[in-house]
Amino acid sequence: MIHKEIWRKILFYSIISIIAVIIIIPFFWMISTSLKERGALMAIPIQWIPDKVSFEAYQKLFKIFPFGRAIFNSMYVAIMTTFITISSAAMAAYVFAKIEFKGREKIFVLYLATLMIPGQVTMIPNFLVLKYMGLLNTFTGVMLPSLINAFATFILRQNMKVIPNDYIEAAVIDGASHFTIFYRVVLPLSKPIIAALGIITFMGTWNSYLWPLIILTSKNKMTLPVGLSLLNGQHGAEYNLLMAGSLISIIPILIVFLFTQKYFEKGLTLGGIKG
Amino acid sequence: MISYGKNSKRLTIIFFLLPSLFGLIFFSLTPMVSSFFISLTDWDVISGSPKILGFSNYLNILQGEEFWRTLKNTLYFIVLYIPLMLLTSLSVANLLNSKYKGIAMYRAIYYIPVITSWVAGALIWKWVLSPQYGVVNAILSYIGINGPGWLYDEIWAMPGIVLASIWKDVGFFGLIFLAGLQGIDPTYYEAAEIDGANGWQKFRKITLPLLSPTIFFVVIVSIINSFQLFPQVMIMTEGGPHGATQVMVERIYKYAFEYYKMGYASAFSWLLFLIIFIVTLVQLKLQKSWVRYDT
Repeated sequence: MIHKEIWRKILFYSIISIIAVIIIIPFFWMISTSLKERGALMAIPIQWIPDKVSFEAYQKLFKIFPFGRAIFNSMYVAIMTTFITISSAAMAAYVFAKIEFKGREKIFVLYLATLMIPGQVTMIPNFLVLKYMGLLNTFTGVMLPSLINAFATFILRQNMKVIPNDYIEAAVIDGASHFTIFYRVVLPLSKPIIAALGIITFMGTWNSYLWPLIILTSKNKMTLPVGLSLLNGQHGAEYNLLMAGSLISIIPILIVFLFTQKYFEKGLTLGGIKG
Repeated sequence: MISYGKNSKRLTIIFFLLPSLFGLIFFSLTPMVSSFFISLTDWDVISGSPKILGFSNYLNILQGEEFWRTLKNTLYFIVLYIPLMLLTSLSVANLLNSKYKGIAMYRAIYYIPVITSWVAGALIWKWVLSPQYGVVNAILSYIGINGPGWLYDEIWAMPGIVLASIWKDVGFFGLIFLAGLQGIDPTYYEAAEIDGANGWQKFRKITLPLLSPTIFFVVIVSIINSFQLFPQVMIMTEGGPHGATQVMVERIYKYAFEYYKMGYASAFSWLLFLIIFIVTLVQLKLQKSWVRYDT
């Protein structure tokens, strides 16, 4: 009986480790390649670990491309977009959950209807509008559409609905306005869900590609994914350079992830819950 | 004590809804309507006033072979991706659902591709799949297999993109399935064990039926995502070789922002919308007939 349990344990750890190794190999290859000289890229048989470790790729990377700037841009856009998305969605969610008025449900259905529209349909007119407003190649242009996020609004509304009306009525009797109730009562009670939504919005924005690719065209405005794809277009064969760039783009988000894993997991499953 | 007069309530509502309503009207509803009108024209942004063409953009797209090629490529992706993704993410979820020590670390490892941007992930995989200098073919050669040309080969390019996509998504769908597994009442398993059911029987008769809503949801989400493939194609193959990995969003992007054929691109995007809409309708219909909800 004990014998069987040990074998089961060994089998379990073998399988789970093999999968982990398969997942890590590409990252290992990225790091190894980024530390190679250009000549070593095409060595046969391949060098799993570089014969000679070189930082040539990293030096060149920062010389030919404003990579430090791109990290800052990505941070700025991700933080601001998260702030805009959550604020706008939380304000709307408060109305849909706690302030009754005629026609409220109809407006809410209109919000939900936007979930059906793929981003590829709206991106062309949005690009054209931003062009005529002179907002191409600006962070404002990239961030403005995040004012509407029906998914975040929906999730926040579901959570705010559960907050007992007694709390709110008590606050009203104390003479509080809706602004105070929203800020002092409802928002603090929604903290866990805001954290989960915030983390996935932040990561989604940090990694987003198509929209910033269309809007941000100059080198000093580019976010990391856009910069990387430009690098791919101009130095497509210099994989030590491309892998160094990829590694740099992953490190900041990896740090954020390690500190927020709990909320990250909760955020990812939000979309998966079916009622 | 303040009383909420009619006007003050109205002002409050307007204040709270203003930011999202602004977004809703100017970046969602209006663009959707105008996208449809643009799709009826030959607008190219540069040369002054667009001509109204009616539905001829749609007819041209449907009569050309490109649209059908992107559809075929997408279906090829779906047929390879979905079974492989279900298999891997269900296995991962089952492994992560056990109570052995050290699970947290493995969990974190499985998520790293999920948090990696698609652009970085695609660059890594482009290099991993390099026919001569990549690790995949190197590993294959250790066991005596002469690996294919992957992204340079018309038949193997899409499977290459599928492999990268599985690697990227397995953590995410694994987590979704894990949440589903943890929602299953353990007494079912205890009862089955008393009746002498083995591991496979328990999986087949308890886990699978009770997980069917989650599986269904995951399949639908992945089908919709498959029609919207973009970064992996853009970075890894740019639609090549010989159009073997051309997909809809990549075409829409190229027509709109490289050739500035806004009308044609908009029509293409409406066809994509239509396909996604149909998938969603089918979902709503099928959901009733074969998904078993635990009550």
